[in-house]
Amino acid sequence: MGPTEKKATELLKERFGEAAVMEVKEFRDEVTVVVRGGFIAEMARILRDEPELEYNFLSDLCGVDWPGRPERFEVVYNLYSMRHKSRLRLKVRLPESDPTVPTVSDVWPTANWHERETYDLFGIRFVGHPDLRRILNPDDFEVFPYRKDFPIR
Amino acid sequence: MATSERMILNIGPQHPSTHGVLRLVVELEGETVVKVTPHIGYLHRAIEKLCETKTYHQCIPLTDRLDYLAPLSNNLGYVLAVEKLLGLEVPRRAQYLRVLMAELTRISSHLIWLGTHAMDVGAISVFLYTFRERETTYDLFELAHGARMNVSYMRVGGLARDIPPEFTARLKAFMAEFTARMDEYETLLTKNRIWLNRTRGVGCLSGADAVALGVSGPNLRASGVDWDIRRAAPYSAYDEFDFRVAVGQNGDVYDRYLVRLTEMRESLKIVRQAFEGLPDGPVMVDDPKVAFPPKERLSEDMESLIHHFKLVSEGFSPPEGEVYSSIEAPKGELGFYVVSDGGPNPYRIKVRPPSFVNLQALPKMAEGRLIADLVAIVGSIDIVLGEVDR
Repeated sequence: MGPTEKKATELLKERFGEAAVMEVKEFRDEVTVVVRGGFIAEMARILRDEPELEYNFLSDLCGVDWPGRPERFEVVYNLYSMRHKSRLRLKVRLPESDPTVPTVSDVWPTANWHERETYDLFGIRFVGHPDLRRILNPDDFEVFPYRKDFPIR
Repeated sequence: MATSERMILNIGPQHPSTHGVLRLVVELEGETVVKVTPHIGYLHRAIEKLCETKTYHQCIPLTDRLDYLAPLSNNLGYVLAVEKLLGLEVPRRAQYLRVLMAELTRISSHLIWLGTHAMDVGAISVFLYTFRERETTYDLFELAHGARMNVSYMRVGGLARDIPPEFTARLKAFMAEFTARMDEYETLLTKNRIWLNRTRGVGCLSGADAVALGVSGPNLRASGVDWDIRRAAPYSAYDEFDFRVAVGQNGDVYDRYLVRLTEMRESLKIVRQAFEGLPDGPVMVDDPKVAFPPKERLSEDMESLIHHFKLVSEGFSPPEGEVYSSIEAPKGELGFYVVSDGGPNPYRIKVRPPSFVNLQALPKMAEGRLIADLVAIVGSIDIVLGEVDR
């Protein structure tokens, strides 16, 4: 773990408490921090604005479906800090009964389309999103095709 | 008293200046664009979902069909991600050849962009020039890979095969003439008054806005942000090559043009270095778990045939885990987020397509400008819908 990622995880734990930062994983030199969904927007703002971190670039945001797990959905945020050349992955887990998470589109405007796509494909709703419409599929589509229970034939 | 009435104009999804099946709904007041809303998804083939049913090797042809003007870059981005997942180190000759191919692809992709973009703005002859050289790069790809467009040349662990002997002479000929060809394009455009009027100060995007909107590649650098993944996080031996990262100042259509032109010249420099410094050795990693046996052995040796059959039918299983790996593709940051559950098929693949993200900046660049500028701006972003919609 590089110094910037280390600082980021420590700061998140310090500001939001150990309970909000549920897991810190390292695999192939990449750091994944699993956090509680409700805090994501505030965490995003701190990660972007703290001069020692400055994760100013949201490279990617996407969903992952894990049917059978107590919390079925994951939303994954791949961040990059241009100044510190550091990558960090944030992840939130959401239950099937209420797959909602606060939007980060006001922190990183690029999240707007990424969140629309994640809604379109997985049915995850981003609270506070200015325009949460489907993006790749037609508006009258009724299914979320990237969920694992949507068959592929 | 003058009244203003807004007109809604629908452009696309079948329209020559939208570069594919992009649809724009434009609100106009006179000739001024008040609002532009892109509608995408007409080319959505669910490539990421399809990958979940394939083995890791079978996904490679699907990546060709993302940005189909730069298939080798997509191949490279994907195999690097899978190799990271496996913890695999690729032989140096393969790394160099990958760089060589990726840079030829950048030239080829930028040539198509230049030809079509100039045509959108009214300079039709440029297209005829750039397609001549683009053809030469495709001839080179055909020699090395057997296909011109959907090449699927790269493999997890290396390359499908080494370059053939004829490739060398053809590449030398291309390298010898390309700088002069570049000068030709510049003669047509760089100081052309009409070109300047149509592109200078048009579609400006500030560096801060570009970063916030996730814009990457030449579009970002034209806005004055010096970020190139080849430099910031070198992959595939890019740290061994000497090249300059082109950065603009104004973030307008003209600067995007200048940045891409410089990039082509720099790509040529990298191609030359990769070719001249090409190390000897294998182009495939020596690891039977992921590497296919040499094709010619299949007809002679039973063990190789079985090995090949098992690898094709069953694939290989990387450890459980997830990686995000990105490269500097011709259009910007091309990332692959790959999740493995330890099985032979990827559990989830997410492509971070530069065109999709860059397109999101269109309203910011075009609103308040004239409708004619909108066409120039769309061209200057350089999108490929295969990648936007996946």
